[in-house]
Amino acid sequence: MDRPQALIGRAVERKEGRDKVVGRSKYIDDITFPGLIHGATVRSPAARGRIRGISFEGNMPWDEFTIVTAKDIPGHNHVALLMNDQPLLADGFVNHPEEPVLLLAHADKYLLEEARRCVKFDIEPWPAVFTIEESLARKELIWGQDNIFKSYLVEKGDVDSVWNTADFVVEGEYFTGAQEQLYIENNGIIAVANAQDGVSIWGSMQCPYYVHKGLLPIFKFPDDKVRVIQTETGGGFGGKEEYPTLISGHAALLALKSGKPVKIIYDRAEDMVATTKRHPARTRHRTAVSKDGKLLAQEIDFVIDGGAYCTLSPVVLSRGTIHSAGPYFCPNVRVKAQAVATNSPPHGAFRGFGAPQSIFALERHMDKIAQVLKLSPEEFRRRNFIKDGETTATGQVVKDKVDMQALLTKALALSNYHAKREVFTEQNQRSKIKKGIGFATFMHGSGFTGSGEKYLSSVVGIEGTAQGKVRVLAASTEIGQGTNTIFTQIAADALGVAGDVVEVAQPDTKFVPNSGPTVASRTVMVVGKLVETAATGLKQTLVQSGFLHEGYSSRQFEEAVAGYVKKFGQLKAFSQYKQPPDINWDDAKYQGDAYGAYAWAVYVAEVSVDTVTYDTHVDNFVALQEIGKVMHPVFAAGQIEGGVAQAIGYALYEKVVWKEGRMINNQMTNYIMPTAVDVPPIHVFFEEQPYSRGPSGAKGIGELPMDGPAPAILNAIENATGLSLNHIPLLPEDLMEAIHD
Amino acid sequence: MIKVNCSVNGQKQTLRAHSMARLLDVLREEAGLTGTKEGCGEGECGACSVFLNGELVMSCLVPASQAEGAEIRTIEGIASGEALHAVQQAFLTNGGAQCGICTPGMIMAAVALLKKTPNPTEADVRVGLAGNLCRCTGYMKIFDSVLRAVQGANP
Repeated sequence: MDRPQALIGRAVERKEGRDKVVGRSKYIDDITFPGLIHGATVRSPAARGRIRGISFEGNMPWDEFTIVTAKDIPGHNHVALLMNDQPLLADGFVNHPEEPVLLLAHADKYLLEEARRCVKFDIEPWPAVFTIEESLARKELIWGQDNIFKSYLVEKGDVDSVWNTADFVVEGEYFTGAQEQLYIENNGIIAVANAQDGVSIWGSMQCPYYVHKGLLPIFKFPDDKVRVIQTETGGGFGGKEEYPTLISGHAALLALKSGKPVKIIYDRAEDMVATTKRHPARTRHRTAVSKDGKLLAQEIDFVIDGGAYCTLSPVVLSRGTIHSAGPYFCPNVRVKAQAVATNSPPHGAFRGFGAPQSIFALERHMDKIAQVLKLSPEEFRRRNFIKDGETTATGQVVKDKVDMQALLTKALALSNYHAKREVFTEQNQRSKIKKGIGFATFMHGSGFTGSGEKYLSSVVGIEGTAQGKVRVLAASTEIGQGTNTIFTQIAADALGVAGDVVEVAQPDTKFVPNSGPTVASRTVMVVGKLVETAATGLKQTLVQSGFLHEGYSSRQFEEAVAGYVKKFGQLKAFSQYKQPPDINWDDAKYQGDAYGAYAWAVYVAEVSVDTVTYDTHVDNFVALQEIGKVMHPVFAAGQIEGGVAQAIGYALYEKVVWKEGRMINNQMTNYIMPTAVDVPPIHVFFEEQPYSRGPSGAKGIGELPMDGPAPAILNAIENATGLSLNHIPLLPEDLMEAIHD
Repeated sequence: MIKVNCSVNGQKQTLRAHSMARLLDVLREEAGLTGTKEGCGEGECGACSVFLNGELVMSCLVPASQAEGAEIRTIEGIASGEALHAVQQAFLTNGGAQCGICTPGMIMAAVALLKKTPNPTEADVRVGLAGNLCRCTGYMKIFDSVLRAVQGANP
């Protein structure tokens, strides 16, 4: 009996890791095809206006170029998403700077770049709006009847009955800026297309079936004439959720017209100026509290800037709305949320997906209320943490065995919070460098919001090969977070075999079922569970057909698979998501079980603020979270550390500088992300409360670490300096202004 | 077009290049060595790091013509056949690579650091890798990887 040791919970080797460390992995720009030519996008110089004319200038051999405009689109000119309001190529009008208007392709990429600069647009400028305030004031009507993509109203209890009788009413206003995902691999796509066979796409992406769905209306092809293959992807963070659909459409149009394979690779400047970023947000809080420190009513006004087209803004707004009241119990809550239009490139998915914005506001506001009550930030939160059996803002009864009191106690002990707070207060009196420590307490829902998973109804397959291996069939992508490895762990353990028996298929819509998009911290918890179920189904088939007998070894399992495939031609098992009957969500009232499970966390940041240079540095960071089963300790810690670093950037370094709707610092030289010398030691700790519906009890963690660091850091800065700063990113120049105001 | 005579990973080569091409372009497109990546094209991210005559350079900032007569080593020349370099093994074992796009450049920078500073402190590692950006890991597992490569503590 050589039944192998279980893989779940162990730091097994990354499935594709060897190829990555020797430079053998093939990312999209590493791939070429015979006869391949290069594509480029010519973009709008104006924020809003009517296209009066297009001219082709310079001494260019224009007849050598493939040129595509909106007129060349055989089907519908839109990027299929929620509203279908975004054109693939602007037709007559532009609504944001850098909007794609015309496409060029040529075999010589140097000449192509020269040609791109020689296409000129004559645009009659129209008035535009660039901020949330201008959009809400309807300075110009730029989208629909009211500039509003989506609004939600969440009502629990009756907030209006409380204001007059409450001991205190505390108000605050909080702002978060745009943030660039800044995956190190820029966006890129290769398309092959012809009228007979249809379109095939290779590229860097998170969601092959989004691209598949997006290409169908553009070409009016049937499902089987569009094939989408994900290549090794150098980071996504949400930035490759919806955007690759647009690039795929562009590459496919050029490929169809030229009859040649077309590669479009954005360079860094184009990727930063033209593609999606995190939605800027403004959050207003009005909170009623009793003098003994109990939350009585929370009224939250949450607005995000969606940019020029709707894209995913309603869904981002949804997650931000649901997370805006935090891990606290309050009997009366009203959240009014709006996603508004401005004339900047559409903002899109980015790790956390609306939650980092609203959690920043709440966790800064909680510290503010504590001050008003003359309670410590710790004590005020302790009096209000939500407990099992209590209801969230959407009326969801908490069933996770969450103990925020214990999590907070542990995180404060691990960070030596109390002692440091005392020492810093004393030392700061004699130093120009002020030290502080602060924290945030929060949760993040795993999987799609509300009825999202029900509508997705994801499918996973697993098949036996003639060689006796099994192959996981899923459209969920490896983007660095470890999908390949964790699916291997889950399948191997469900089958009781060694990891090398399991292969994970390259996501290719021709061969893998739609397991849903790789987003929303859902890949392990939701899709992983389907992998487990499908694998169990495959094993049962082998046992029931007499090919496999309990007590088998990995070798015997492989023989059984090979034998079955030889006899019957194929061995496949599938599993489809079914919404459990006790998860209910009302889309109209925005009430019910927003998420199947939440991860819960307390993050503590320690900072130094130099009052001479205005530089703020995070000196130490403690991240404690309860995430269900830890599937892979090294990957899980890696997710948290990476998210914390990205969120430190969000708080202190990464400022998108806008000029009339256009990012003007679209280079790594002047948009600064944290480097190896900027990040503090990040200490990661896990608590495990298994979730009954996750594989081995796992919940989602990918987005969680993006939520807490920014408010923890600003809370620490207030502890250090006494300054209440409610605007991120907070760069030295912002701090200088705040100190002198 | 120009011709560049150089040695790449120990092999003499004559590479054809556009007169405006960068060393990065000829390595990837002419020599077929796509392990060297382009992240920013302006010397900020370090994904394109290679050794040029033993010195770590960002190949996006080096004109191809400057490689005439040079000895170049890329990520493909770091392992000995299938046997990984200690730094590569440490990245694999300790979570130093996630999406993998910065990994070749990061490993080149780590190898360069260890050549100059065989027993680095964590502070040395931080400074040594400060020119290489990673968006996935938050760098912690990369520091672990480099320090463990030195200890030879690769299980």
